[in-house]
Amino acid sequence: MNGANRVAVAGARRTTELRLDGSGRGGRWKGEVFRALLIFCLVIAFVTLLAVIVQASVRGMPRIDLNLITQMPSTLDRETSGMQSAIFGTIYVMVGLIVTVVPIGVSAAIFLEEFADGTKWWVRFIELNVQNLAAVPSIVFGILGLAFIVRGPLDLGTVAYAGSLTLALLVLPTVILASREAIRAVPTSLRQASLGLGATKWQTIWHHVLPSAVPGIVTGTILALSRAIGETAPLLLVGATVFVTYNPDGFFEGAYTVLPVQIFQWAVRPQEEFRILAAAGIILLLAVLLVMNSIAIWIRNKYTRDA
Amino acid sequence: MSLRHNTLARASVVAAALLALTACGDDADGATDETTSAAAGSEDGADEESEGGMALAGDIAIDGSSTVTPLTEPAAELFMQENPDVRIAVGTSGTGGGFEKFCAGETDISMASRQIDEEEIAACEEAGITFEELGVANDGLAVVVNPENDWATCLTVDELNAAWRDGSTVQSWSDINPEFPDEAIALYGPGTDSGTFDYFTDAINGEEGNIRQDYNDIGEDDNAAVTGVSGEVGAMAFIPLSFVLEAGDQVKAIEVENEAGECVAPTNETVQAGDYNPLGRELFIYPKGESIADKPEVKAFAEFYVNNSDEIAEAAGFIALTEEQKAEALEQIATLGGGR
Repeated sequence: MNGANRVAVAGARRTTELRLDGSGRGGRWKGEVFRALLIFCLVIAFVTLLAVIVQASVRGMPRIDLNLITQMPSTLDRETSGMQSAIFGTIYVMVGLIVTVVPIGVSAAIFLEEFADGTKWWVRFIELNVQNLAAVPSIVFGILGLAFIVRGPLDLGTVAYAGSLTLALLVLPTVILASREAIRAVPTSLRQASLGLGATKWQTIWHHVLPSAVPGIVTGTILALSRAIGETAPLLLVGATVFVTYNPDGFFEGAYTVLPVQIFQWAVRPQEEFRILAAAGIILLLAVLLVMNSIAIWIRNKYTRDA
Repeated sequence: MSLRHNTLARASVVAAALLALTACGDDADGATDETTSAAAGSEDGADEESEGGMALAGDIAIDGSSTVTPLTEPAAELFMQENPDVRIAVGTSGTGGGFEKFCAGETDISMASRQIDEEEIAACEEAGITFEELGVANDGLAVVVNPENDWATCLTVDELNAAWRDGSTVQSWSDINPEFPDEAIALYGPGTDSGTFDYFTDAINGEEGNIRQDYNDIGEDDNAAVTGVSGEVGAMAFIPLSFVLEAGDQVKAIEVENEAGECVAPTNETVQAGDYNPLGRELFIYPKGESIADKPEVKAFAEFYVNNSDEIAEAAGFIALTEEQKAEALEQIATLGGGR
């Protein structure tokens, strides 16, 4: 955004505030009630999150140690059993997911926003489908992944990348919708200026629209990855096994497991040691998620600053 | 808009695209790699067999019943301690889900808490998958009562069902059978996460998870059931057979009428012989004929599983195989391996 834009936005914000606070019509208390309601909602969200973290921390504390990340799962030595194979499996699946879903999702968003003719029936059909896909239960994608990715046309077998692809289908709508919003938010004046100076449409998108949209695209990607990292059901179907004592050989070779599957498996075991391990695993999963999101936020901030 | 900004943006998009391309490239490579390594693997296998004594190597894929998983995990761990180059992955898709994958040729060994059914046999035959059924352990449940309870000596499945099923209104022993005294009944059982719970509810109430809501859930501590039953004259509980043997005189295990109409006491022997039903059963693995014949590591693992039944079963809380059961299983492995 340039200086003029910033001034315009600030002016608009002030006008809106003046109109909406309702002081002119004696409705200030309505604003207060609404504000209290919003804070209440925020508190509920935070308390829930805090309760989960505290409960898992207290329960898993005895096993939040180095063994948890350096050791392989074990039934015989439950006291020192760890989740190394699950950590590596999760990293493989997530990296595979990012390199698949970001290019496809952003390309689709560029097409829909910049090139597609919204009056054509098939463009509207595609848009409708993208929105509907976002609401399909994850297990359905698991079945799809088993039939078309693990077996059938792609025939990848039960490897980490099959999990990545299945999750990519699952979160693709999130990435497309967020990227579209981000691209749409780029001011038209920017495009017109670029086009007016003789740039081609592609040059305009590549040099101006996309860089300005990066913060929004990254936010959408963070949301998508956060959902994907916690998925269990579709991965169980596409071959994440529950007991693997070695790391994946690569994206296309070797058995794998992921953190949520391992946690799920341990949480329903009768032995107390496994339940403590499951709680410790939840903390570990949250830590991995935080690290991943921190990297994404770092990228986003870098772009927001530069703009 | 700075130049740096543009370059960075372009670089990141290009990097993403390149990664995607590499990923696609890997796909083809991966496929060829897999075939070569598979080919190499079978050659290795041939070498090993001819030279003998060479270290086993390779991957074994196992999937199936969640009841058998706690047994297969220690088996796999012990085997991998002896053969560090063999890698075993165990999945838990359930007995039916395991056979589905097995008959699609995706696994080397399928785990099952029941025998393979007609439909599954047909699916395997159609896919050209040969297999043999190996018993790997025995699983038994005991119904225990207070030692002072002198009326309940042998119960039928119907009587047990009347006391335990969901919605049961039985309050005293005389409600089960008019010949029993009017002694208040107290029921103890493990929590829903245990295999014992799944098995008992399935065998007695016809459906996993079907149980009356007001029984005393003792969680996973089977000893709590022993304590509860020993302190209350009218109490009844179901616990794994291994706990009855440990509990000694604190509780009395009662006989259960089997399908043949005989009253059978729960002991390792009656479970192993198959007389103690429906609360005694055998757990199975189904190795694939092709894997036994072509992958020496699969054959070695199957033999290891059977030979070390005592140690493995103890680690998982099951009853080991008898010598005859072991001999029978080993013979089946030999047939399966030599039949090709």
